[in-house]
Amino acid sequence: MTFVQLCFYFFSAVLVFAAGMVVTIRNPVKSALFLVLAFFSAACIWITLEAEFLAIVLVLVYVGAVMVLFLFVVMMLDIDLAVLRAGFAKYLPVGSVIAILLVLEIALVMVNGFSSADYTLPAAHAADYSNSKELGRLIYTVYVYPFEIAAIILLVAIIAAITLTMRRRPDSKYINPADQIKVNREDRLRIVKMKSEGGQKR
Amino acid sequence: MIPLSHYLVLGAILFGISIVGIFLNRKNVVIILMSIELLLLAVNMNFVAFSRYLDDTAGQIFVFFILTVAAAEAAIGLAILIVLFRSRRTINVEELDSLKG
Repeated sequence: MTFVQLCFYFFSAVLVFAAGMVVTIRNPVKSALFLVLAFFSAACIWITLEAEFLAIVLVLVYVGAVMVLFLFVVMMLDIDLAVLRAGFAKYLPVGSVIAILLVLEIALVMVNGFSSADYTLPAAHAADYSNSKELGRLIYTVYVYPFEIAAIILLVAIIAAITLTMRRRPDSKYINPADQIKVNREDRLRIVKMKSEGGQKR
Repeated sequence: MIPLSHYLVLGAILFGISIVGIFLNRKNVVIILMSIELLLLAVNMNFVAFSRYLDDTAGQIFVFFILTVAAAEAAIGLAILIVLFRSRRTINVEELDSLKG
């Protein structure tokens, strides 16, 4: 067994274990952390497939941004776990049966349809081959319009997320800066003319 | 050399685990969103494996776009979740039925 094979089977085992823990563990914070482990092992497997750029993007974008967002949300919400976990044992048998059937069916098709005789591993790229450079060349030439659309999708997601969660809190006290700048002396200061009261003797 | 089918079966196992996750945690929206992320990861695994074995970088470009859409989906989904929790004080799927006629 070569080193690459050893890495692949080790990281696959970790990935399957972490994915199983994500869906079965009780605490949502722990399940988010197991999802981080799953993404990390998936990135390691992608490196054995010579997809270095995507592997590092998976770690940076998913582990660095999306999972932190998940953790924030899970910790912000005050969830009653007992209610949410109700029915877990009830759905376990039917869920497992469906999942096993699904995996068996897909595996049957995959193993028969994509035999190793027809799909052999191409030779590894040269040492000076840059995966990021090749992806960048494709993205900015052949796939430039899909790339622009992806950028617009991200912009829409930003605007949607901000407008959804933004709210005016009626109980918080704030000042309008425009009104504050426009103010002049007459609005704030009132000079009262009054007669002198004579004063006290010293 | 690792046969292509091993990568595909790994993707299938991940897909199955995330499906069973949606079945088991059908009341908890957060876990359902995490299961969807796992599901997309399983699909991406197949794309990357085919991209390597067919020696075609287009598969990796597709994974790139799937990652973009998945990140957008997670951001909007969590924003909706926050708004829901603010107004209903629960994330139980069975109690989120105010649109029911």
